[in-house]
Amino acid sequence: MADEVVLIDSWASPFGMRVRIALAEKGINYEYKEEDLWNKSPLFLQMNPVHKKVPVLINKGKPICESLIVVEYIDEVWFHTNPLLPSDPYQRAEARFWADYVDKKIYDAGRKILTTSKAEEREVGKKELIEALKLLEEQLGDKTYFGRDGFGFLDIAIVPFYTWFKSYETFGTFSVQSECPKLIAWAKRCLQKESVAKSLPDQHTVNEFVADRRKKLGIE
Amino acid sequence: MADEVVLLDTWASMFGMRIRIALAEKGVKYEYKEEDLRNKSPLLLQMNPVHKKIPVLIHNGKPICESAIILQYIDEVWNHNPQLMPSDPYERAQARFWIDYIDKKVYDTWRKMWLSSGEEHETWKKEFISIFKQLEETLGDKPFFGGDMFGFVDVGLIPFYSWFYTYETYGNFKMDTECPKLVAWAKRCMEREAVSKTLPDEKKVYAYIDGIKKALFSK
Repeated sequence: MADEVVLIDSWASPFGMRVRIALAEKGINYEYKEEDLWNKSPLFLQMNPVHKKVPVLINKGKPICESLIVVEYIDEVWFHTNPLLPSDPYQRAEARFWADYVDKKIYDAGRKILTTSKAEEREVGKKELIEALKLLEEQLGDKTYFGRDGFGFLDIAIVPFYTWFKSYETFGTFSVQSECPKLIAWAKRCLQKESVAKSLPDQHTVNEFVADRRKKLGIE
Repeated sequence: MADEVVLLDTWASMFGMRIRIALAEKGVKYEYKEEDLRNKSPLLLQMNPVHKKIPVLIHNGKPICESAIILQYIDEVWNHNPQLMPSDPYERAQARFWIDYIDKKVYDTWRKMWLSSGEEHETWKKEFISIFKQLEETLGDKPFFGGDMFGFVDVGLIPFYSWFYTYETYGNFKMDTECPKLVAWAKRCMEREAVSKTLPDEKKVYAYIDGIKKALFSK
C-alpha cells in the first residue's frame, strides 16, 4: 500500500529542495505540486495557515511544515532506508545545530544581497554570507560530506543553497569558489548523487529567475 | 562513570528555564553557572563561539547549544520517563513545529512591543497577543500541549509564564482576559515541582526588565 505523499513546493525554493532530496534518498514516490507564491492556492493556505510558506509535505492527508522538521519526519517514518540523521545523540545535536545555523544565517544574508538597491546593505549581506559559508566550510573540514557517516541531514540542509550561489555572486560581486573552494568541491560531490542532481534546478535558471524578479521589483 | 553536566544560563532566561525544567523532570544532577551577559565568561565563549548565547549544556565536557536542540538531546540521552517528545513521528513533527513557532515569534515580537510607543506599540501589542491566542487555539481542550502528558511544547512554553506579568504591564492587557485557557494550562504546569521550582517570581522578572529599560532610555 503506497502511503499518499504530496509535496507543495516552489521550484526555486532551497527549503523545498531539501525535502525533494530527502524523499529521493528514501526512494519515496510522491506527487509534486508547484505553488505560485504570488497567488497561493486554497489547499496550500489550508495546509499551512500559520506561515503560508513552502514546502509543505502532506502524508495521508496531514500536513507537516518547516523544511528541517519535514526532513526529520521523513527520516523517522521511512527509517529502514538510508538514515539521514546520525544515531548518536551528540552528533544529532551537532547536525541540528548547524542546520539551524544555516536557517538563521544563509537565507537572510542572501536576501540582503539580492533584494536591496543600496550598496551599503548589499555589502553587509555579502560579509555575513561569506562569514557564514566560511564557518560551514570549517565544519566540513576534510570530510567527504558534512555527515560523519556519509551524506546526511546537514548536507541536505546546505546543498540547495548551491543553486543560489550564482545569484549571490552576480549581485554581490564575489566568488564563492575563491572564498570557500572546499565548499564548492563538496557541493559538486553532492551533485554526483542522483537524489541531489534530480532535486536541484540549474543555478543559471535560478539566476535568471532572480534577475527577472529584481527587474519586476525595480531593484538595481 | 558519573556524568558531568553543567548548565551555563541566566536566571531570567525563558530558554534557560526550559533546560532547568527538563533536567529536573529527568532527575539529572547538574552544576548551574550563572552568566553575566554583559561580561561573558571565557567558558561561555569557548563553549558557544558561534552565537555566544545561553543556555549551553555541557555534558562530559562537550557543549550543546540552542534550547530546543538541548531539550531533544536531554530526552534522547536520558531516555527514561518522563518522555518529553511523543513517540509518533507526526506528533513529533507537530511538537517541533510549535516550539519553532514560539521561537520565531514570541521574543522578537515582545521586544518590538517593549521598545516601541504610540501607534507602533499598539500594532506590536496586537500581534503579540495574537501569537498567544494561536497557541491557545493549538492547546484546544487538551490538558497539555502533548495531550494527557506534560511534554516538549509544554516545557518550551511554560517559562514564558514567568514573564506574563512583565508582558501585561508593558502591554497594558491581561493575559487571563485574552487567553484564559492558556493561563489555566500554565497553572496546571505550575503544579509540577520541576516547573514551580524553576520559574522565578514574576515580579522579580518585571523589576529586572524595568531596570534594563530605564538604563537603555537613560542614555
